[in-house]
Amino acid sequence: MTKKRQQLLFLCLVNPELSSKTIAWALYDGASGADSQMETGDSAVPPYGSVLEAMRDGWRVIQAPQLPYFVHGHENETGHLPWEYLLEREVEVNG
Amino acid sequence: MARTAMEHLLDARQMARFCSDGLIVLEELVPQELNEAVYRDELTVHPQGYEFWNSSEAIRKVFDLPQVNGVIESLVGRNYVYDHSYLHTVQPKNSKSQNWHVDSGVMNPNPHHFDIQAFYFAHDTPIEMGPTLVLPGSHLRRACYWSISRYKNFEGQRHLAAKAGTIAFMHQDIWHCAQPNKTDRTRFVFKIRLNAAEQQRNLFRTDGYDDPEVIEILKTQYPWYGSDWQKEYFQRLEFWRFLAGNDSIMKKR
Repeated sequence: MTKKRQQLLFLCLVNPELSSKTIAWALYDGASGADSQMETGDSAVPPYGSVLEAMRDGWRVIQAPQLPYFVHGHENETGHLPWEYLLEREVEVNG
Repeated sequence: MARTAMEHLLDARQMARFCSDGLIVLEELVPQELNEAVYRDELTVHPQGYEFWNSSEAIRKVFDLPQVNGVIESLVGRNYVYDHSYLHTVQPKNSKSQNWHVDSGVMNPNPHHFDIQAFYFAHDTPIEMGPTLVLPGSHLRRACYWSISRYKNFEGQRHLAAKAGTIAFMHQDIWHCAQPNKTDRTRFVFKIRLNAAEQQRNLFRTDGYDDPEVIEILKTQYPWYGSDWQKEYFQRLEFWRFLAGNDSIMKKR
């Protein structure tokens, strides 16, 4: 019997424009076994160069980053990467 | 406490590297004979973990070396406080990575006042043995312990592959994680955290602090900064003005 499982891909871009360059990435694969997840430090090259490139390969964008409101006095602070897109894909698994 | 000889203090270029990257990696800082003594203890003495500092005379000798004290004094001054130390191990054939994290659940209210963490490698630690992975330039970001654990890879991340005798001195807020050990030998790294107890200004050899070569180091740009690059540079210059004791360096009027 064929079942569907979700894969999630986080792509962080240089800026909020969807074809801008990927600078950080993480894949969470609901179709794989527990020991076959993407690990920290395991790749030097992103799976897709941009969000648009991933969309062209079948990934669906399910969350786009909200554009920030810069609070006076804190406008130059940095923290987590701001331009993080969340994409999903469903894949079929047997079992 | 006697002051460390000037020759052992960091110079302006080295300190600018720490300011930009959040770490400075110094190779061959510890003589090979002492590396071998520490490695022997890592393989044999107990208790380990938090107690290795007390179990091993050799590890205490490492942090008595004048060239090691010179770096510590350049970063946190002479009146620092021992916070804790730990002998970290990654077992052979361990394929699991640690998640990205910062070493505190309490936000550092001011990154200009920082603890340091020294990571000492007593044995050669090539990339397949799982040296610590760090994200250079991440130390001025506002993040807290596991708040960065969703990330997996960054363009610009750095595996601290090291020869025996290397010590990496890191800002407390740098993003980092342990890596898998694909070899058949245990990977050890000894970490010690020291709290600064004084203002961290003018503690290094500051001559040349505004030389063009130093300013170029301060302009180091990492690909993962993206559109935040100018904000990072803004904050880094603020940090440098503080460290070097001159509040007007490169300041726009």
